[in-house]
Parts: sequence; C-alpha cells; structure tokens
Amino acid sequence: MDVLKKVPVREQDPKVRATNFEEVCYGYNKEEAMEEASRCLKCKNNAKCMGGCPVSINIPGFIKEVEAGNFEAAANVIAESSALPAVCGRVCPQESQCEGQCIRGIKGEPISIGKLERFVADWSRENGFVPKAAEEKNGRKVAVVGSGPAGLTCAGDLAKLGYDVTIFEALHEPGGVLTYGIPEFRLPKERVVRPEIENVKKLGVKIETDVIIGKSVTIDELMDEEGFEPVFIGSGAGLPKFMGIPGEIANGVFSANEYLTRNNLMKAFREDYDTPIVAGKKVAVVGGGNVAMDAARTALRLGAEVHIVYRRSEAELPARVEEVHHAKEEGVIFNLLTNPVEILTDENDWVKGIVVRKMELGEPDASGRRRPVEIEGSDYTMDVDTVIMSLGTSPNPLISSTTEGLEINKRKCIVAEPANGQTSREGVFAGGDAVTGAATVILAMEAGKHGAKGIHEYLSNKQ
Amino acid sequence: MYKILKAEKLAEKIFLMDVEAPRVAKSCQPGEFVIVKMDEKGERIPLTICDFDREAGTVTIVFQIVGASTQRMSGLQAGDAFQDFVGPLGQPSEFVKENLEEVKGRRYLFVAGGVGTAPVYPQVKWMKEHGIDVDVIVGAKNKELLILEDMMKEVAGNLYITTDDGSYVRKGMVTDVIKDLVAQGNHYDVCVAIGPMIMMKFVCKLTKELEIPTIVSMNPIMVDGTGMCGACRLTVGGEVKFACVDGPEFDGHLVNFDEAMKRQQMYKTEEGRAMLKAIEGESHHGGCGNCND
Repeated sequence: MDVLKKVPVREQDPKVRATNFEEVCYGYNKEEAMEEASRCLKCKNNAKCMGGCPVSINIPGFIKEVEAGNFEAAANVIAESSALPAVCGRVCPQESQCEGQCIRGIKGEPISIGKLERFVADWSRENGFVPKAAEEKNGRKVAVVGSGPAGLTCAGDLAKLGYDVTIFEALHEPGGVLTYGIPEFRLPKERVVRPEIENVKKLGVKIETDVIIGKSVTIDELMDEEGFEPVFIGSGAGLPKFMGIPGEIANGVFSANEYLTRNNLMKAFREDYDTPIVAGKKVAVVGGGNVAMDAARTALRLGAEVHIVYRRSEAELPARVEEVHHAKEEGVIFNLLTNPVEILTDENDWVKGIVVRKMELGEPDASGRRRPVEIEGSDYTMDVDTVIMSLGTSPNPLISSTTEGLEINKRKCIVAEPANGQTSREGVFAGGDAVTGAATVILAMEAGKHGAKGIHEYLSNKQ
Repeated sequence: MYKILKAEKLAEKIFLMDVEAPRVAKSCQPGEFVIVKMDEKGERIPLTICDFDREAGTVTIVFQIVGASTQRMSGLQAGDAFQDFVGPLGQPSEFVKENLEEVKGRRYLFVAGGVGTAPVYPQVKWMKEHGIDVDVIVGAKNKELLILEDMMKEVAGNLYITTDDGSYVRKGMVTDVIKDLVAQGNHYDVCVAIGPMIMMKFVCKLTKELEIPTIVSMNPIMVDGTGMCGACRLTVGGEVKFACVDGPEFDGHLVNFDEAMKRQQMYKTEEGRAMLKAIEGESHHGGCGNCND
C-alpha cells in the first residue's frame, strides 16, 4: 500500500452508467474504508481538516474509529455535528474543504474524508443505527420553513435540544434541493435521502408538506395563531434565471430547475410515473456549475447528445472537478469560451438551433475570475433541439413580500447575521441559500446549525 | 392526505370535487389556484379554485379530462383522497385587493367559456357578497357541456348563456353576446374572461376594439407552481412573466396568446402516449409511425 495515494473508489463504468440512473460511485467497502482510514495521521491538536469543515465534524475522531472497525462509534462521532452524513459524503466539495486542508495532502493525496464519511453513513443505515433523540422535551414550538439542508439541520439540532420542531415544506416531498435538484445517480433518493430525512424525524421533528409559507399561511400567522415562538427560514434560492436573449421562450428551452425537477422529484425518467419530459436529441446546457453538470448528465442518460456551453474556460468552471471529470468520462461535450446570443426556432416555435459567439479571457473581474470578452464576428450556429438554462437561481420573494419588517438586500436575499441567523425581525431567523443566494449543501447546513444555536440562545434568554 | 367529500360528474369529461384542505380553504381568494397530485406517480396538476368553505375547511375544484393524470383522477370517488393538495397559489384577482368603493363604482362583465366557468364562479360570488351586481356570459359547446348554471344564476346579476350549436338558449360564441350587449347600450369598465386560450384571445381582440380593459386567467404548463421551474412563462407586454407567481391573471390586451398556445403543445406527444396507455394499457412505445419518435 502506498500511503501517499488514496485507496481508489469503485465506480460504475462510464459507458454503462451514461445510460442509467444508478449511482455512479459505489463507495468503499469495510476493508477499503479501514485501509484508507489507516493513512490518516490522526492529528491531535488543531486538525486542519476540521477547520475546513463548515459543520466542524471531529474528522480524526471518526476516522480513528473506522480504522479500528468501530463503525457505530464512528457514526456517533459524526452525528454530534451532522444530521446528513450520507448526503454530505456524496455532494460536499471536499477538495476545497476538509480534504483541501489535509496534512497528508501536502506530499501525497489527502485522505478520502468524504468517501469515509459516506461509508460510515451507509454502514449505519444498513445496520439500523438510529441517532439518539432528546431525552426530555421542553414543549416549546419552533417552526422551520423549508426541508432542504438548512432546514433539516436546524430542525435536527433543535430537536436534540428538546424543542418541538415542525418543518413546513412547499413541495409534496421533503428534502429541498436534495430531492428536486440533485439527480439520482449522484444522490439516490430512496436509498440515501429518504432514510436520512427519516432520521431527522426520529429525533422528533415533524414535517408538514404541501404548505407554502407566505401563501397557505404567513410567518406572522405561524407566530400569532399557531403558537410557534421563533421561525427559521431556510427556503432556499429557487427562482431560475434566464439570459433574456431572443427565442428563449421557445418550446424546448427549459430552466435547469424545471428539467431536473421533472426528472428527480417527479421521476419523469421512469415509465411508470405520469410526468412527461422532453428528452431532446441534441441538447445544449448553458452554464458551468454543478447544476449544469447535473442537467447535462441527466439529458445524456435520457439519450441525448449533450453540449455544455460555457462562456469562460475550463479553469473557471464553477462545478466541482469530480463532476466535470465524470461528465467528460460519460461523453458530455464541452463548448468552452462560448456564449449563446440567440435561440433559433422553427415554424411551431420549437428550438432548431442556437447561435453562439466565441469568447476570450480578459482582465479579472469582481469575482476574481478573468472576464470573458466577445470576439467580434465569431458567431456560429449549433444545431440543437433543446436548450437548458443553468445560470443560477435567486431566492423566492414569497416570504419576504408577505412578512413585514423582514429586511432583504438588492439580490432579494434575506439579511441575517451569519453567526446566529438573526434577521431584522425579532424571533425570525434565516440561513442557507435564502440568505446567501445559491451556494452548496454544506454551507446551508452550516447556516442551519448557526440558526439553531441562535434560536436556542434566543429562547433561553426569553423565558 | 386530502379527503374527497363529494365527487360529481358535471358533464362529459368534466368533474367537480369537494376536498378537505383546511389551510387552503382558510387563506384562498378568488383568482388563486391549487396544485393537486393524485398519488405517488401522478403529475402535479394546477387547477383553479371553484369555491371554498372556510368553516368546513373545504375547497371545490372542477377539472376536465385532458391527459393521463386527469383521466385517472376522474375515477376518484367521495371517500377517496388526494395525496397532495397545495395552495393557494398565484395572486388574487385585482378587485380583491382594491378599494371596495372603487370596485363598486365599476361595471363588470364576466365571460366564461367551458370549464373556465369554474374559476369565474368564485369571482362573481365575491361580487355578490359585496353587493355588486355583475353581468355574466357563459358559453359552452352545447347544452350537455354547460356547467354550474344554477350556481351561477344565484350570484350573477344577469346571466347570459350561449351555445356553439344553439342547443340551449341561443346559438353563438361568447363574443357574439358581448357585441350584442354593447350594441344594446351596456357599458362595461372591466371585462374578466376565463376559458380556453382561443376564446380568451378572441374576447381580447374584440374588447380591445371596444376599449374595455380585460383581465384573463392563464393556465399554462406548470410543475411546482411557486416560481421555481419557469415552465409557465409567457410574454405579457413584451416582458417575460411566470403565470404561477405573477399571475395567473394578466391584462389580456398585453398577453401574447399565439406564443402561449404554442407552448401548450409542448408535451402533446408525451401526453397523448400516456393517455392512450391509461386507457388501453401498456401498449405504446412509439414506432407506430404516428408519433414523432
């Protein structure tokens, strides 16, 4: 065994997986996990990896237990900090967080912390390990808006402290982006997401689906009429952006949200579900983030030839390296330094092509990335029948517009203290994408944790 | 689960159901809509609200069979339940939010076509409850397809019925009735027209000539109904709007109906196939040459 190298993780063959929705990565088995764990230096003081983890999991602590084969003990260590380890082990950008800080990574490859976390979570589930609920309930009611990563984490933490927590979810299934956004082949729903949500419920959290806060009931009604003391808003950033170019309203142009929701939440890829999806024969996905990769790989699995159209170069792709790598392996074609200027339609208003312009990189812009500059006279037409816009999302104004005194910024994000989620309204806390704009699952979880802490302090001082 | 207390067939392919949904019943307003999902495998279907009883906690919906999901839904009976029933969605009708005295000072004309009679009903009822008499035109293909006549009669100031084939009251389109009413010297400040897209288009064409401001209710393809997917986008006055959160009611004189009608066709092949499957069983996999792929 080479201690400088990660124990490789088994994956589905790219050619095979490009045609199915089964999970790409198989994860470690016991032996592989224990071997990988043995590479960890178990830094005693000031372990760098923990500093890189937004929810501060005791990483050397759980890895030590994995090495010794004490998987239940490892699960207990993780459960102290995270309610969604099977999710995080799969979708966290470890390379820029825990693994990015790993001392092993200085000379060789860092420890596969994500894959180990995933192993422990999967083992726990398969062996019926259930997190411990609070022994005593204090009867105080807290409402959480949204059952995505921020809401689930906040609710789980508060339930552990004995609060009576109800999550309100607008859709018919809990999970937020874990359910409607991230595809099955990256994050299996039945096998991973649902059991993890069930675990949060086992902590005593109630989830009421089909309730749109701001429409079915307002924040004020929850507090004045339904007996909830504080409210945590973790409603995410659900509104899709479009480019505003000609032809964008044509048939065959979708937001990535729509395309992914049809497929993930509504299971359009399955014959036995009613919701339809237009698979497309030749698809252009506009954008370069994780969501763009998810949409591209979904279209590929539905049988299309898929192009990623992105205006900067590969180095600036905001998607995780692993996602880009997987997409390429599966056959997604990357048209980089390319920007759409117009969508062409046929006589029935269906997409028949997309006019794109070549770009080059100029000086760095406000984001620190080199600004894409148009190359005059470089337009050409890509022959596609479907266009998926994946340009980011912004928060839904349904709550902010119906809650008086709730301050939002110019990007429609709720203004909240990062340390405790406190908003401009007393008793109202917020966190996750609703506050930051679209970010990652783990950052939303961190905000959920901070919100729970803020709510606990608030209620402790209030009584 | 949302229990069905009453299920009634109003006409061929048109059904009415009273559903127990206390949160929706408590907060809904005329003009808003709900999304229902029959079971695990069903689609999310946007439906207009026909009536509601805040005390009983019930909401009345009316739907027409248009695809596989509504076909399956039509089989539900009293005592069955919807797995999901979410709302209210969209913006309430403008008059609900306006100064009541101003609303009272206007002359309203409601124009309903086919199953569009259902969403017109709660608006007319709201008017009646606020002491406002309004004129209502209801159009149907024929006598058998006319729905909610008695209910509408109770709340409308004047009710004018017309049928395409003349099998009941009079023969003609709703636009013919509008023309007649205006020719008889009736003046209207606002027209609210809800029905098939093609009907709304022609009503708007006429009311534009007659200079009657007109509100229409759009019911495009949707998934979530909360602004998340953008499937329901349409162009209103040159701007892209989402019917689910910006509407469903819009200034009819600014709506691009031709584009909206083309967008309605988006899933036709898929829907048709699913519908045949629902009726005839597992037999449609393409390849017959009749579908595009």
